[in-house]
Amino acid sequence: MRPRDVIKTLKDSGLRGRGGGGFPTGIKWELCAKSPGEKKYVICNADEGDPGAFMDRSVLEGDPHALLEAMALCGYAVGSDEGYIYVRAEYPIAVKRLEIAIRQAREYGLIGQNILGTDFSFDLHIRLGAGAFVCGEETALMTSIEGNRGEPRPKPPFPAVHGLYGKPSNINNVETFANVPQIILNGAAWFKGMGTKRSPGTKVFALGGKINNTGLVEVPMGTPLRTVIYDVGGGIPKGKKFKAVQTGGPSGGCIPASLLDVPIEYDSLVEIGSMMGSGGMIVLDEDNCMVDIARFFLDFTVDESCGKCTPCRVGTRRMLEILNRIVSGHGQEGDIEKLEQLAESIMDTALCGLGQTAPNPVLSTIRYFRDEYDAHIRDKHCPSHHCKELLHLEITDKCRGCTACARVCPAGAITGESRGQHVIDTEKCIKCNSCIEKCRFDAIIKV
Amino acid sequence: MNDMIKLTIDGLEVEVPQGATVLDAARKANVRIPTLCFLEEINEIGACRMCVVETGARTLQAACVLPATQSMVVKTNTRRVRHARKTVLELILSNHDKKCLSCIRSQNCELQRLALELEVTDDNAFTGERIEYPLDDLSPSIVRDNNKCINCRRCVSTCYTTQAVGVIGPIDRGFETSIETAWDTPLSETACIGCGQCINACPVGALREKEESPKVWKLLHDPDKIVVVQTAPAVRAALGEEFGLPMGTNVTGKMVAALRRLGFDQVFDTDFTADLTIMEEATELIGRIKNQGVLPMITSCSPGWVNYCETFYPDFIPNLSSCKSPHEMMGAVIKSYYAEKAHILPKDIAVVSVMPCTAKKIEAGREELAANGYPDVDAVITTRELARMIRSNGINFLNLKDEDFDNLLGDSTGAAAIFGATGGVMEAALRTAYEIITGETLQALDFHAVRGLEAVKEADVKLGSLSLKVAVAHGTANAKTLLDSIRAGEKTYDFIEIMGCPGGCVNGGGQPIVSAEERLRHDPRIYRAKALYAADAGMTYRKSHENPGIKRIYEEFLGEPNSHKAHQLLHTHYTPRNKYKYREKSVS
Ligand SMILES: Cc1cc2nc3c(=O)[nH]c(=O)nc-3n(C[C@H](O)[C@H](O)[C@H](O)COP(=O)(O)O)c2cc1C
Ligand code: SF4
Ligand code: SF4
Ligand code: SF4
Ligand code: SF4
Ligand code: SF4
Ligand code: FES
Repeated sequence: MRPRDVIKTLKDSGLRGRGGGGFPTGIKWELCAKSPGEKKYVICNADEGDPGAFMDRSVLEGDPHALLEAMALCGYAVGSDEGYIYVRAEYPIAVKRLEIAIRQAREYGLIGQNILGTDFSFDLHIRLGAGAFVCGEETALMTSIEGNRGEPRPKPPFPAVHGLYGKPSNINNVETFANVPQIILNGAAWFKGMGTKRSPGTKVFALGGKINNTGLVEVPMGTPLRTVIYDVGGGIPKGKKFKAVQTGGPSGGCIPASLLDVPIEYDSLVEIGSMMGSGGMIVLDEDNCMVDIARFFLDFTVDESCGKCTPCRVGTRRMLEILNRIVSGHGQEGDIEKLEQLAESIMDTALCGLGQTAPNPVLSTIRYFRDEYDAHIRDKHCPSHHCKELLHLEITDKCRGCTACARVCPAGAITGESRGQHVIDTEKCIKCNSCIEKCRFDAIIKV
Repeated sequence: MNDMIKLTIDGLEVEVPQGATVLDAARKANVRIPTLCFLEEINEIGACRMCVVETGARTLQAACVLPATQSMVVKTNTRRVRHARKTVLELILSNHDKKCLSCIRSQNCELQRLALELEVTDDNAFTGERIEYPLDDLSPSIVRDNNKCINCRRCVSTCYTTQAVGVIGPIDRGFETSIETAWDTPLSETACIGCGQCINACPVGALREKEESPKVWKLLHDPDKIVVVQTAPAVRAALGEEFGLPMGTNVTGKMVAALRRLGFDQVFDTDFTADLTIMEEATELIGRIKNQGVLPMITSCSPGWVNYCETFYPDFIPNLSSCKSPHEMMGAVIKSYYAEKAHILPKDIAVVSVMPCTAKKIEAGREELAANGYPDVDAVITTRELARMIRSNGINFLNLKDEDFDNLLGDSTGAAAIFGATGGVMEAALRTAYEIITGETLQALDFHAVRGLEAVKEADVKLGSLSLKVAVAHGTANAKTLLDSIRAGEKTYDFIEIMGCPGGCVNGGGQPIVSAEERLRHDPRIYRAKALYAADAGMTYRKSHENPGIKRIYEEFLGEPNSHKAHQLLHTHYTPRNKYKYREKSVS
């Protein structure tokens, strides 16, 4: 196969980037191949910064040679002789196995000078990331490899034109690369036989949260969310009610029960206010407060903002402050509108994908769970009884006066005669819920 | 490949060359796009997001870094754009101290101006946590106030790119990001050279000079002190801007008048000692050439450069001319020659230097610069500080009648006038060296090869039978390029002029601040230098050795150039400096 045949096969296969954006991989390689320049780089994004995700790690640890093979193929296709694997330092086993694999591949002449006796040469380096989420963003990743503070650069120019050290570069995610050798081996048609027309192939998800079977799952694209959650994932534990599923990592969105039949595809997820991301999938049940979930994810991105551009540096922080006040019972009329206004501007003006998508969890929860926001703001009430500062415990007349609760309460908040009605002093109560668990008569309720 | 790119901006068709940004195109179409972090060629990082425009892309794009492309359709004033820009600005304000009333940059602040222009009606539109930062005011030159910093990084790029010093940068992440030194030490304990270029780059009041005007007021109000002031060549070419005059207006006469109004007892001209510097330096150069001394000799009148040399290129210390900088020579001469003539004790004299420079503030504190047992110079104020003093004294600057410098140390030549621009010291030195060496009168006085803004200028100059290889660099990054080529043995020279600031003193760290936008229209390095070259062309005397006052001071007092007395008063020495000053402390 000539380089252009490799690219054609990849284009025909319809493979799209598994790192989040879903950009067609064949087209990306073609752009880099056509970009003028003697020196080009191939980069593998193995930063896997989404909390709770370990799809890439499983490939790095389980089949590092698939990655090396794909990167060499990429080098061949785009005209590059040098590659970098940027892997997070928190993956020591992955790093070790990559090192071994690279050594082995060199020994076998599968990378290095004149691979398999041809005039094609390609060699690889490993670079360790320090665990900043933003360093998974492709331009920040390259800035980091160059030895500078990991901060994104404006695009355009795109990496295919002006990438690592200013040279044309092709960057792909681990899982994207892992698909390539199989596609070259089995042909584009084989690959297109799986998944959907717009999103062929399979996708690995890290299933977590309130679900019976947690862990990595691989399903064909187009599988409905319901199948993944109820069939593959085995449903929600303890007979609780499903509330939403968060996809796309910290900057994805929350999908409500009414949309569970949406097929998992890049475009369909974006249409409903979420995204594929790298494959995080967190299931939420009736006990999860959606305002607090939004707050939780935004808290992550606020922490991980690199601080370069104004909207993300200051704007996401201001959004978080508003959410903090809502969940603590100090929400004000107009807060939802303020959140929406900030979200719109941040998504429109932030320099990189981190800021541009950071408001997603907030917007999607406002979109599908606005009543929960209203309850927090207007009634100072958390419908899921999750937000501690809005929670009150009460002992109903089911109380038999067994004194179990009073004895367990670490705050000494419960008083009552033996065999008499007990009461909770809400001022003293620290909402540890110990009394609820102790009461055999279900007399203590959250209001 | 000179295909032009055609695009439309707000419906206006415009053509720009390949490589132009949308901001360039907008300027060409006379469409104004607000900017904050953008500083042409120095800071083009797209960080503040003030300049966003609509292009049909999914999100808005930053015009300052967006390459213009064929048939692009750009909209700069839609609802979406206006809303976004205003939100960005309000977010900046939500983390800014907004103390305009006591801010040194009020009325010359890019943030304040934008707030007015974008019709911000509620500067508390977004309230929230603000981080309080301590003031870093330990450096004799620079004060950093992060409570006003908007994280645009113009200072960072300037320090790194144009000055090749790089002692400030962003630390921490997200909301906590702030511009700091390494390990958060005070700027005074870093390798900072005090050039003040970061101040000139800052759009707001987060960076300023360490003010000495309070000290000067105190001296002026002290009945027991004779307070003598001197003004550097570049000050007169820029001071007028502070009072609304066009860039490049020479205001020497009004400046002298204003200084008298302020109450200074004598108003002397640093141009006088610029001429004196040339006498000493040209003689030193000829001496080094004749006696196989260390070459190339490098000028030493820019304290930013001297600090840089001592810190980053200590191996070039033997190359530095031993001449003090002109204002230090003036201080030494005032406290000896003038003191004798006026029958005043040196201890009763205070010398105030009005300088375009912040590094001179560090320089004045050097212990070795105290020829008469007292510091040669007691206080250094910048051009900006002088303007503030004039305003606060209620002086109507524009209506002042021109006055002349005081006689004794007030004569000057065209050679001294051009000291303020890059290449000027070299040119002045060559004019005098020529006549000393050849004994003939120089006919073509203008050495065009050493003028202008090229990064490093080189020339082969014939002084009679002697031919000299000379070079000129301005801005310490260019100095670095030049010195590296010498270190590597790629280049050899006999005489080099280096000024710490880009363009020379006319663009010093103490000069009136020109906004990023105004810089695009009027480059202060060009306009202010023009004023100096025009002054030179119009002077009776254009060579330092022709200055009657200079002839007099050698006759009456110093003897001849490089005499013992001259050495004692006008020359100095240098010391290698550690890049990590805090280490010196922890070791000792
Ligand atoms: C904040 C942020 C974090 C990202 N983190 C990762 C990551 O950890 N791994 C990854 O492969 N891509 C990540 N990306 C996406 C990359 O920028 C880039 O699109 C991807 O590596 C391209 O590869 P692909 O086309 O194979 O998906 C991130 C993007 C953003 C904006
Ligand atoms: S959006 Fe956030 S992470 Fe991205 S450049 Fe701006 S501050 Fe940095
Ligand atoms: S929740 Fe905890 S603190 Fe509150 S009453 Fe029950 S046991 Fe006591
Ligand atoms: S920096 Fe500008 S906006 Fe800020 S206080 Fe000073 S003048 Fe006002
Ligand atoms: S004064 Fe000069 S050296 Fe010091 S921080 Fe500013 S730009 Fe850098
Ligand atoms: S100090 Fe001034 S120039 Fe530097 S980042 Fe802050 S606002 Fe910008
Ligand atoms: S992003 Fe363009 S001026 Fe700051």
